[in-house]
Amino acid sequence: MVPQKDNMKVYQNEETKIIVNEEWCKACGICINYCPKKVLVANEKGYPVAEKIDDCIQCMLCELRCPDFAIRVENRKKVANYNMKDGSLED
Amino acid sequence: MKNVIEQYIRKEMFPHIWCPGCGNGIVLGALIRAIHSLGWEKDEIAMVSGIGCSSRITGYVDFNTMNTTHGRALPFATGIKMSNPNLKVIAVMGDGDCAAIGGNHFIHAARRNIDITAIIINNMIYGMTGGQYSPMTPTGKFGSTAPYGNIDQNFDISALAASAGASYVARSSIYNVNQGIRFIKKALNKKGFSVVEILSDCPISYGRMNKLRTPVKMMEWIKSISVPKKTWEKLSVEEKKDKIPMGEFLDICIPEYTEKYKEICAIAQQGGENE
Amino acid sequence: MMSDEKQIVKILQGNEACVEGALLAGIRFFAGYPITPASEIAEGMARRLPKIDGKFMQMEDEIASMAAVIGASLAGLKAMTASSGPGICLKQENIGFAAIGEIPCVIVNAQRGGPSTGLPTKPSQGDVMQARWGTHGDHPMIALAPSDVNEILQITVKAVNFSEKYRTPVMLLLDEVIAHMREKVNIPSREQLEIIDRKRTNVKKEEFLPFKADEDMVPPMADFGSGYRYHVTGLVHNEKGYPTSDAEEIDKFLRRLSNKVELNKKDIVIKEEYSLDDAKIAIVAYGSVARAAQRTVKLAREKGIKVGLLKLITLWPFDDDLINQLANQVDLIVVPEMNLGQMFREVQRAAQGKSRIISYSRIDGDLINPIEILEKIEEEMSQ
Repeated sequence: MVPQKDNMKVYQNEETKIIVNEEWCKACGICINYCPKKVLVANEKGYPVAEKIDDCIQCMLCELRCPDFAIRVENRKKVANYNMKDGSLED
Repeated sequence: MKNVIEQYIRKEMFPHIWCPGCGNGIVLGALIRAIHSLGWEKDEIAMVSGIGCSSRITGYVDFNTMNTTHGRALPFATGIKMSNPNLKVIAVMGDGDCAAIGGNHFIHAARRNIDITAIIINNMIYGMTGGQYSPMTPTGKFGSTAPYGNIDQNFDISALAASAGASYVARSSIYNVNQGIRFIKKALNKKGFSVVEILSDCPISYGRMNKLRTPVKMMEWIKSISVPKKTWEKLSVEEKKDKIPMGEFLDICIPEYTEKYKEICAIAQQGGENE
Repeated sequence: MMSDEKQIVKILQGNEACVEGALLAGIRFFAGYPITPASEIAEGMARRLPKIDGKFMQMEDEIASMAAVIGASLAGLKAMTASSGPGICLKQENIGFAAIGEIPCVIVNAQRGGPSTGLPTKPSQGDVMQARWGTHGDHPMIALAPSDVNEILQITVKAVNFSEKYRTPVMLLLDEVIAHMREKVNIPSREQLEIIDRKRTNVKKEEFLPFKADEDMVPPMADFGSGYRYHVTGLVHNEKGYPTSDAEEIDKFLRRLSNKVELNKKDIVIKEEYSLDDAKIAIVAYGSVARAAQRTVKLAREKGIKVGLLKLITLWPFDDDLINQLANQVDLIVVPEMNLGQMFREVQRAAQGKSRIISYSRIDGDLINPIEILEKIEEEMSQ
C-alpha cells in the first residue's frame, strides 16, 4: 500500500522537517517516549505530533528506533543524510 | 531529499505485519542503513530467513530473497554462497529458529567460517506461534508452555558462535540502535562467518506474560538488562544472572571457507589427489 | 560414426555411473552426508567436482544437504544430493520446499531395507510410495528407477534433465544391489546426450514474474544475482512469489503445480516393453527386479508360455493409460517387487478389474530371481 497524501503529516520549522506516516505508524509510543528533548506528544490516536519542533536537535533516534519507518527527520538547511557512524553529512 | 529506506524495501508490502513496537522493524531499519553505508548493489545481495516473525523480514527487502524452512536458513545460505561466492549472503533468524531447531546448522556454519552474516533477532520467545518459551528465554520467566516459569537454562548463542569457529561475534539491542548499525556494518564487511545478535522485544507474547505489556515497557526492560561488555565483566556472579553483555566479543581473521575451497580446486586440477 | 571415437568403456560401480551421468548432465553442486549404500556417490563427487570447478560439500546432516542443494540451484548451478531411506526421510520437508518453490534438483535414493535403520547393506524397493508422498501436501513428483549400471548413467542424465525442464525435484531410485555392483558401462560424450537447461527469462526486470507459467505450465527462472530480484518462499504464493491467502490464487497455483507433472506425463514416462505384443501374461517390474523379469520372459517363452514384460523406468508420475491398455490385452499381470506391494497397488487400481493382478513380494533382503517369478506365474496359471 502506497501511503495516501492525507496520511503523511509534516511538521516543520526553518531547520527541521519531521514527517509522520500515519498509514504505517502503529502508535507504539517508542519515539514519543525516547525523544531526549520531548519534541513529540501523542494525539488522540496515539500518533506522534511534533508539538515542540523548535527543540528538535535532529538526533534521529525517533527515526532509528521506529519499527515501522513511520517517522523521518530531515535537515532543511542542507540536503544531506547524516552518517550515523562518523557524524559526517553525505548526499 | 533521498529516503534511504525506500530504496531498499518492497514498498507494496507495507505497512508490514509486525505488531506495534516489534523490534523486527527496528532491526530491518538497522540492516538497511548498514547496507546503504557500504554501498552494495541490491543485485549482489542474497538474504535468507527461516520461519518465525523475524523470518518474515525477507519478504520486505528488495534483494534476492528466500524464506525457507524452520531452522534451516544457514544451510540454504551456504548453498547459495558456495554456488556463487560473489553474492553477499545474509541469514536472518529468530532465537527459536537459530538456537533450537537450527542449533546444529549454526554450529557448523561457524565451524566452516563461511562468509555469511548471521543476524539473530533474539526476542527470547517463539512469537509467531503464540509465545512458547525458547532456548533464549531467561530462567524463571514465563511462556505459554512454561506457565509456571522456565526451568531451562538459557544459553549464550554468541559464546557458542565464538567457540565453534566464527570470526566476528557481537551483540547489541534494539535500544542501542546506533551500536547495532555499527556492528551489522562490520559483520557484513567481514570475510568469514559473522554473527550479530540483537536483543529484541515481543510486547504481545513475552511482554504480556512477563509483566511488560507495552512496547515502551519492554524497551525499558531491554535498556535495563543490557550492560556494556566491560561493565559486565566486573559484575558478581549473582549480578550477572540478570544482565546481558553488549559489545564485540570476537573479531579475528581466519581463513574463509569459499577461499579455502578455491585452493582445493587448484590442488585437484594439478592432480594432487590423496592416493 | 564419429561418436565411436569418443565412446569410453569402463567397468564402473553403479554409484560411480551415477556420478558420471550427473557430471555429464551438468551437475556442478553436490551436498551430501555419509550413508550406506550411497556414500560412494558423495566420494565420487568429492574427487571429481573440484577438478572442474564444481562445488562439493559434506554437510552436517541430511537436512542441511537438501537445503544447500536448493540454495545452490537458485544461485544457478545444477545441484544434486544422494542418500538412502533414513536420510530421505529427513530430507522430506525440504523436498517439499523445492516442490513448492519450483526449484530444480535431483535426490538420489540408493534404496536399502527398511523401515528405520532396517537392512543397510541389503537391497529393497521399499521407498516407492515414500518417493511419491514422502513430503506433505499435494505436490508433484518425478521418480525414475534404472535397472542396471549402464542405465544408471543414462537415467541420471534424464533425471537432471527433467528437474531442469519441469522446475521440480526428481527422485532417482537405485536399488542397493545395482548401486554397488560393477558392470561394463559405455560412457558417452556430452555431445552424444540431450542435455536440458532450465528456461531462463529474458523479460524486462520490472516485468519479471518468477512464478508465472508459460503454456507448458513451467515458469521461466532467473538465477540469484543475475539482475532479477525476487522472493522464494515455502508459503503458498502468487505469481510474484509473495504469500497469498486468496482462495482463487491458492487453487490456481496448487493445481498448476501438480498438473505441471501430471499433464506432461507423456513426456516424462519412460518404459520398455519386452515381448508384449502377443503376450497373454504380463510382468510389470522396475529396478533390479526388471532384470530378473527379462530373463523370466525368456524362460517362459522357451516353455511356450506367452509372457511379456512392461519395464517401468518412470515410477512417478504413474501412467494409468499404459496399465489400462495392458490389462485389456492380457489375462494376468504379475507385479514382482522387493516390498509388500507398493507398485502392485497402483497397477491394480489402474487396471480397473480388466485383468487379474497378482503381487509377488520379497522383503527378506535377498534378490528376486527369474525362476521365482516364473514359478509364481505357473502357480497362478494353474488356478
